[in-house]
Amino acid sequence: MSQQILELVEKPVLKTEIPSFAIGDTVDVHTKILEGDKERIQIFTGVVIARSGSGSREMFTVRRIVANEGVERKFPLHSPKIEKIEVVRSGVVRRAKLYFLRDRVGKAVRLKERRRDGGAE
Amino acid sequence: MAIGILGRKVGMTQLYDEAGQVVPVTVIEAGPCDVLQVRTVERDGYEAVQLGFANLPRRSASKSVRGHVAKLDSKRSKRRSSGGVELVAKAGCEPKRFIREIRGAAGELAVGGQVKVEALANVKAVDITGISRGRGFSGAIRRHNFSGQRATHGVKKCHRALGGTGASAFPSRVVKGKRMPGQYGAATTTVRNQKLVKVDAENNLLLVLGAVPGPKGGYVVIRETNMV
Repeated sequence: MSQQILELVEKPVLKTEIPSFAIGDTVDVHTKILEGDKERIQIFTGVVIARSGSGSREMFTVRRIVANEGVERKFPLHSPKIEKIEVVRSGVVRRAKLYFLRDRVGKAVRLKERRRDGGAE
Repeated sequence: MAIGILGRKVGMTQLYDEAGQVVPVTVIEAGPCDVLQVRTVERDGYEAVQLGFANLPRRSASKSVRGHVAKLDSKRSKRRSSGGVELVAKAGCEPKRFIREIRGAAGELAVGGQVKVEALANVKAVDITGISRGRGFSGAIRRHNFSGQRATHGVKKCHRALGGTGASAFPSRVVKGKRMPGQYGAATTTVRNQKLVKVDAENNLLLVLGAVPGPKGGYVVIRETNMV
């Protein structure tokens, strides 16, 4: 019963259309940021290494390498500040959390691409 | 009566405000509460309204509990009413699990009436009283945020002990109120001036900014805050 009540409360803030993206996908996250009083869109591109939580509390983590330094950003999936999420590329992965990527540098960071139209490369 | 209601803590979640900021809220299922008794200065020496929340099945309610909320046909009540004694007004509702009084003049409320969440529609902030989660007999580290002792340098088998509790010849006793291990939690706790995010009259729900004492499913008393 409690769970149903919580879902009822969360429902209005949930986004109706979330693009289906999976762990290992490379995504463009469009976030609204406020500069002074002007709003503009900033894009953060990287690999989705984790999704956590459920309902309005769901978060996802995006990792990329900037100037040889690993950068991770964790976004609330249903935040109104996230304009859209675009899948650029899908990767072949066998686990739900790609924390092993943190220990890798250079070429080892790459993931094998998964073709959406079926069949291997 | 001061504006107040009884409820049950459902759990916490998060919402977003217009600016896109996360708003942590506690969801409370509040009311509808039946008015079981009205306390008056003449009869009781103080003014209050007794509310009851959450039905208890009749089969598991004792006769005294059932008789508190509704009229029972007992020999004694028959004898009293035939003898001309005016019986106390009863709410005539189901037995209640959670019964509390809220101080203040009854106003328009009478025995048998109901209090719903709409009563809090214009309230900005509330005080919430509940029973905090019980942690049992806890040490000083957990209970009072002591730091414990060192892991090495000759500390022997007392790494989480609280250390000295007094001085020497003076005062040669432990001062009163010294923080020590003991029962922690399961005590009545009030959080004050919690902002109300939303009053959902349709589903009898209250959304309160921040945390509320007690476990999920714990009963709480919600009153309009008297903080300025």
